[in-house]
This record gives sequence, C-alpha cells and structure tokens, in this order.
Amino acid sequence: MDLKGQVHKFGDDVNTDYIISGRHKFKTLDMKELAKYVMEDLDPEFYNKVKAGDFIVAGSNFGCGSSREQAPLAIINANISAVVAKSFARIFYRNCINTGLPLIECDTEQIDEGDELEVDLQKGVLYNRSKGIEIAITPLPDVMLKILSDGGLVEHFKKYGTFNFD
Amino acid sequence: MGKTIAEKILSTKSGRDVKANDIVVAELDFIMGQDGTSPLAIQAFQEMQARRVFDPARIAMVIDHSAPSPLEGVSELHRQMRSFAGEQGICFYDIGDGVCHQLLPEQGHVVPGDLVIGADSHTCTYGAINVFSTGVGSTDLAAGLISGKLWFKVPETFKFVLNGQLPAGVYSKDLILHLIGDVTADGATYMAAEYVGEAIAGLSVEARFTISNMAIEMGAKAGLMDADQKTLDWVKEHSTKSFTPVKADADAVYARVKEYDVSRLEPQVARPHTVDNVAPIGEVAGTPIQQGVIGTCTNGRMEDLRIAASILKGRKVKSRLIVAPSSRQVMLQAIREGLIEIFLESGAAVVTPGCGPCVGTHNGVPSDGENVISTANRNFKGRMGNNRAFIYLGSPATVAASVIKGEISDPREYLR
Repeated sequence: MDLKGQVHKFGDDVNTDYIISGRHKFKTLDMKELAKYVMEDLDPEFYNKVKAGDFIVAGSNFGCGSSREQAPLAIINANISAVVAKSFARIFYRNCINTGLPLIECDTEQIDEGDELEVDLQKGVLYNRSKGIEIAITPLPDVMLKILSDGGLVEHFKKYGTFNFD
Repeated sequence: MGKTIAEKILSTKSGRDVKANDIVVAELDFIMGQDGTSPLAIQAFQEMQARRVFDPARIAMVIDHSAPSPLEGVSELHRQMRSFAGEQGICFYDIGDGVCHQLLPEQGHVVPGDLVIGADSHTCTYGAINVFSTGVGSTDLAAGLISGKLWFKVPETFKFVLNGQLPAGVYSKDLILHLIGDVTADGATYMAAEYVGEAIAGLSVEARFTISNMAIEMGAKAGLMDADQKTLDWVKEHSTKSFTPVKADADAVYARVKEYDVSRLEPQVARPHTVDNVAPIGEVAGTPIQQGVIGTCTNGRMEDLRIAASILKGRKVKSRLIVAPSSRQVMLQAIREGLIEIFLESGAAVVTPGCGPCVGTHNGVPSDGENVISTANRNFKGRMGNNRAFIYLGSPATVAASVIKGEISDPREYLR
C-alpha cells in the first residue's frame, strides 16, 4: 500500500471527542455525514481543507478517550489516508486496525503542516518529500497486519467466521 | 517466574501459560455494549454475516448515554438496539435503569477472576472487584458477540503501592486524580494498572470503583485490585455466580512500580482541558462555577450521594446543580434515605439515572464561557457538548461544596 498526501498537523493528546464530538456521534450511523464534523473542535475548517489522501500528523497519545469507533470511521470518511503520530491510545489503535485505517507510529518532530508525505507500508518507510528525509516507522504486530491485510475485522470474520491468526 | 493479575486471568482464559507481551485469543465471561457503540456493533454483526450471538446469557446491552432520547436520530438507534436484543434474547437495560458500569457489578453479571469486554472505555471499572475488564470498539464487540472470544496482547503491569489512609474530606476520586496528574494521561498506555496497599484496603468497594474507572485516563487497559474480604462480601451480596479470585504472585514482574503515601493528600481538582491537569484544591479555590454535576459512572453511587447530601443538607446552591444517580436501584435507595429530598430542597435538578450530562448529548449542556465542576472522568474541551465551556473535575464533596459557594471550594470546610 503506497500512500501520498499533505500533512495536517496537530499536537499531543488529541482525544476522541476532538476527532468526533459526542454531540454529533449519537445522531446517526451515516459516517459520510459524521465526517463533516471531524476535528471540528480543534479546527472548524478541517473537513473543507482536506484533499483525498492527506495525512493527519500528531504528537503523542493520539485517540485517547472514548471507545467510539465513529472516530476512525469519521477520519476514513473524510478521505484521510493514514494517521501518523508519536504514540496512540490503545482502544483507538485497535479500532483503526479493525476498521482498516492505517496508523503510523514514528517520531513526528520533523513533519510540519503542509509537508508532502509518502508512505510505503510494505517496506515500513515514511518519506517526507518536502524535507527530503526518510523516517523509520514502528512495525505493527503480526496479528494487526493480518487484520489490516484482510481489510479489517469484518472482512476477517467473513472469511473465517472467527479469529484465525495461523 | 511469578505472574501479575492480568497474566493469570489471561492465562486461564486462553488455556495457555502466558506472560506480558504475548498475544492470545481468550474466552470472554461477559460482554457489554451501550447506546453509543452498540448500533455500529449490530451493523458489523450483520456485515460479518452472523445469525446468532454466541450466548445471550453472557451479554448485556444498556441504553444510558442518551437516555431518554433527546432526538429522533437517537430514538432510531435505540429502536435498533431494542429490536436486536429482543431477537437475540440478550439481557437489556432500557432508559432509566442506569449507567452500564453501575449495572454490571450491581446486577451480579461480573465476578472476580472474570474476563470482560465492554464497548465503552470505562469498562475498566470492574477491575475494582478483581475482574480483567477492558474497553473495546464496536467491531471488537461484534466479534465477541459472535465468537465469545477476543484477541488480547497480554499487558505489562504498572503497580501503584498506596500507603497510609486518606484524611477526612479526601476521597478515592482525589486519590485517582492525584495519580493521573503524577503519571500523566499516557503514563500507563498499553499497561494494566494494579492498585495495592493499605489505602485501598481502607476504602469501601464503591470507592474503589472510582479508582479503577479512571485507569483509562492514564491510558491503562485495566485497573486491577485484589479481592479482599470486603470484595467477597460485596460480590456475594450482588451475585449468585461462582468465582475464583486471582492474586498476583509475590515475585510477579512489573514494568513500573510507584509508591505513594496518601495520608497528607488534599482534595484534588483536574483543570480544563485534560484529566492530568491536576492541582490541589488550594490552587483553584475561588474559581467561579456556573454548574455542578454529581453522578456518572465515576461517582454516582450511594456513597457519593450520601457524601454530597451531607454537605448540601439545609443549604441552598448558588450554582446550578444536576444530580444523576447511577442506577434505578441507587435512585430508589436515595429516595428511601431522604437524599433526593435534600438535593431538591437545595435547588438541584435530579435527572434520570444514566450518564447524565457527562458526554454532551443532553441533560445539561453548558453555555459559552461557563465553568462546570463535575464528578465525571473527563474534562476534554467540548466533552459536555460546548467547546467554549470549561470543565473541572472533583469529588462529590468538592462539587457539593463548590455549588453552595458558587466557586470552587474546599469540602473540608463542611466536615461535620
């Protein structure tokens, strides 16, 4: 999977209420509709600025807070290709893998707003094209790679009817 | 080599001798979903082409986050839950029954040694009664409903040794806020917390739930405690299920150990907009408050209501006060003890047992620029439905004292 796009940069501790606020998520299961409010409390213009394939880049503890899966689904439906952060909160991390949103854990200090990134998930490398540098990424555990490569946990279960990591 | 509580429970439930960082598929004892997460899980269940849940007797669904429904869209999602639970024969708690994390232990669904998942991040609450319980999302919930299993990475454990006894006017909420302030919002990410020591032994089971509830606010996967005699008595009072408590070995290996002496701890307040932005009460006292909230899965239990009522009795509130008992049973008991009368006479609005205004869907959205002090577990910007409001977190005593004065106040002034 080769991903390319521009950076939208955020800080540390971006929580699930910022990703999609509780005041929207209870209304509907239409994720295209929820996507319009993604990151609204941090940047009201975010949804309108994003071009398909762009990246969210953040500091540590991205996705802390609620177990709401509307958070990764809203990001996917805003056409973001991946979230890049120094670290992720664990429930959000699992929810992303289960719903098929790639997460990239790496040092994000050398990535700035507007930079052009390219990621090769197979090789496990992130290129910052604007800065001309390569950044090493922490590989995903095998179980997570298996779920992602099956296309998420729904597809995994459709294929096997249960968990199958052999 | 010895094992932690997390390693022991995940070994038993996976049928393998596992240690931290192993990945296992383990059998679940109980599964829960609430109204913010179940509708998506039902959708995933259908997409996974499943027909029946693995065992309806080991599943509960709870409508507590937007209860009663404030909107047509929410009503439709609630309808889907009722219909799914009805078809599948799942235990169902409807509006007014209470908050999921109160109901699961109170109604005897979870017992020591169990492995439990819930599609709500505060599912770690039951760790207080020696249950390895953790929050998951909707797709994991759906996979659990179908297979009765889930995969886990066995967590490393962060051990908190809590020495001494809490002084008068200082509660378990102050203790957990202090720990989160100290280790920060991601200080225990991917780990299980184990809380031990005489400070825990000195607390009631209800007070211990508050501590385990907030393990997720330091990033932890579970917030575990031993089952002592108090736990065993409490569980037997609430459940007829058989159980086997689990204790960590003396030579268990911990990723981190921190010791605290709680005997000089003061009331603590988390300031906007992160839970780890914690200060002793003296640093924030005097901050004007427009609304107080007593309730939520953190602090809406009988003990919490009794503490708040003891301060509010015979006094009038200056700030608005919303009280949401954590369950129907708690509400009924509070009526019998005269606590609801005390709240109403003080000027409080008492609302349906459930999550109340905590998650920002209904029941008390603050207006622009307002300061709120709440017994909840999160003070994220926008959490209560308005991103131009400011949320402070404190114990039920601190909230009660603060709404009387209309500013953040030290509850120790009201000790009788």
